Amino acid sequence: MKIGRVAGTVVSTISAPIFDGRKLLLCDLTTPDGDPTGDYIIAADTIDAGVGDPVLILDEGSSARQIVGETVAPIRALVVGIIDEVDLG
Amino acid sequence: MKLGKVIGTVVATEKTPDLEGIKFLIVQLLDKHQQPAGETVVAADGVHMVGPGELVYVVGSREAAQAMPNPFVPVDHAIVGIVDEVSLA
Repeated sequence: MKIGRVAGTVVSTISAPIFDGRKLLLCDLTTPDGDPTGDYIIAADTIDAGVGDPVLILDEGSSARQIVGETVAPIRALVVGIIDEVDLG
Repeated sequence: MKLGKVIGTVVATEKTPDLEGIKFLIVQLLDKHQQPAGETVVAADGVHMVGPGELVYVVGSREAAQAMPNPFVPVDHAIVGIVDEVSLA
């Protein structure tokens, strides 16, 4: 999984059916310290994350399909957790 | 998934039979501010309504083929939605 921060939302009316009714979040990828790496990912929300939240992002297809309960769907990136704390020891 | 802008189309008459009927578009990948960033890719139209100039989002790797009617096709990027709006905080 990846660590990121929700930077915004993407609105789409015409999409593959798997995205119907799903909130798409544009997330900056970050280091464990929370610094932006410069890259981003668009991921479907599963936990009602909001803009500014530090999040856990899954970017692997079969795990994503398992979570959304589909065996065949063009979905790969999901926001699967809101991070409370990262402890680097 | 990444944002992209459709900048062209690709027509190939001679192709592997599994690709029959699939529309291919040239997509410039974009950063979150919708500026060109990174490579251009040939992406299959997974929503059947995409034309040049449109802002889209693109899924890559194995999941791209799953946007197609036959999910076992040699497709590695697919457009899975047309973007109405990107709102960044």
